[in-house]
Amino acid sequence: MIYAVIWDNLPYLAEGAAITVALALTLLVIGLVVGTGLGLIQAYAGWPLRLAATLIERFFRAIPAIVLLFLFYYGISVFYNISAFPAAALALGLRSAAYQSQIIRGAIAAVPAGQLAAARAIGMTRAAGIRHVVLPQALRQAIGPWTNEALSELKDTSLAYTIGVVELMRQADYIVSATYGHQLAVYSAAAVVYLALSLAANWALTRADRRLAVPGLSH
Amino acid sequence: MTDATRLRAEHLTKSFAGRRVLDDVSLSVAKGEVKGIIGPSGAGKSTLIRCLNGLEPLDTGRVWLGADELTARKADIDALRARIGFVFQDFNLFTHLRVADNLMLGLRRVRKMDAVEAERCARAELDRVGLADKWQAWPAELSGGQAQRVSIARALAMAPEVMLFDEPTSALDPQSVGSVLRVMRELVAGGMTMIIVSHEMAFIEAVADDVVFMADGAIVEEGPAGQLFNTPHAAATRAFIDGIAAAHRGEATTP
Ligand SMILES: Nc1ncnc2c1ncn2[C@@H]1O[C@H](COP(=O)(O)OP(=O)(O)OP(=O)(O)O)[C@@H](O)[C@H]1O
Ligand SMILES: [Mg+2]
Repeated sequence: MIYAVIWDNLPYLAEGAAITVALALTLLVIGLVVGTGLGLIQAYAGWPLRLAATLIERFFRAIPAIVLLFLFYYGISVFYNISAFPAAALALGLRSAAYQSQIIRGAIAAVPAGQLAAARAIGMTRAAGIRHVVLPQALRQAIGPWTNEALSELKDTSLAYTIGVVELMRQADYIVSATYGHQLAVYSAAAVVYLALSLAANWALTRADRRLAVPGLSH
Repeated sequence: MTDATRLRAEHLTKSFAGRRVLDDVSLSVAKGEVKGIIGPSGAGKSTLIRCLNGLEPLDTGRVWLGADELTARKADIDALRARIGFVFQDFNLFTHLRVADNLMLGLRRVRKMDAVEAERCARAELDRVGLADKWQAWPAELSGGQAQRVSIARALAMAPEVMLFDEPTSALDPQSVGSVLRVMRELVAGGMTMIIVSHEMAFIEAVADDVVFMADGAIVEEGPAGQLFNTPHAAATRAFIDGIAAAHRGEATTP
């Protein structure tokens, strides 16, 4: 009967898993775009922008994820009718951006200065050299640390439960209430789904890392 | 300045953290001329040559490429730099790009060539340095000598008016030096205007029209290659040349 509970509720678990994956992907893309921007600013911009970027980064790293979720959901609700999913994607995405900016900044610093000098020596502007020479190398080098960040964010999507996003954990909770129990079986099933998602993500990213490998640029 | 002057620098000064690295250095190279720059480590040779194409900002002084001033406030420094080839001691090939794309990046992004023309041009330059078969290779798969020849081809592909070399063979094993010097000799024979910083005294003496001896951020002596190497005026120049010669003899007799 325990198996029957899981089996019967598999579609709900799958629905929850789909939301979890969608949230993870959305927040990671937000984090990548904003984080790359912050990382570039911290690496190259003048001090006022650098200071601003650093303040943003510190802010999102210092505040607990749950507080950010509440701020972006209940806080924004005061003046704008935001729903739970975008609020969660923004809160967790911007927090991820803060972490990703550190990864990007480190990867940029690891690109030898001679690379940009060589780009400039053939007449490329500084911006073009950064875009076509430094950044491609930095992003390539960032895949390793970025994998850790992605797996960590995948788990943290479960925090969106607290503002009512119907992701995997909340679906599990619904199943527990609807079936009057089976906590151990249902939460174990949720744990197995997280494990499977995490393994799949790790496999995909490791594969990408290998496929994009360039002799002399691997770590 | 005559019409034939390709690159001219006047009264360059530059300090790093309060230390004078270039102290009122003036220098010019005429069309088709090969100028050698020699001097002890720390003399400021790299700094000077990097200032000549604006890779290193100057404190004071002016630099002209033909009639265009690089140091002018409104100068399009990137466009001017595209007309000056630069070869680094440690090659600085773009690690993430194959040889083909190393050569084509500037052609596409700076010269705005279409893909077909860029490829034709890049293949011709790679062929010129004898590495046509390395078109698809990654930089990390090349020997030092091959990497340096690719970097020369990358610079040549931009059709520069003058080529600057900063110790192009210093990072190479002895076997590779010859292949790079051969390519450079062909450039000299082809009439390329060149400024070469090098410790390869025999090569400089053979190919340079004029040689500059630098020490402590200043030009100590400048003259025709034969004169400067054989009958230098300054005691410091003689001491440096004798020292290098002695080091080479020592190298040759060491088993
Ligand atoms: N980016 C920098 N910051 C601080 N000091 C520098 C910098 N680049 C060069 N210097 C200093 O300037 C002086 C001249 O250096 P430069 O590299 O121009 O000498 P060089 O003649 O090319 O020597 P070498 O034969 O060793 O290449 C040295 O004392 C060096 O330490
Ligand atoms: Mg040097």
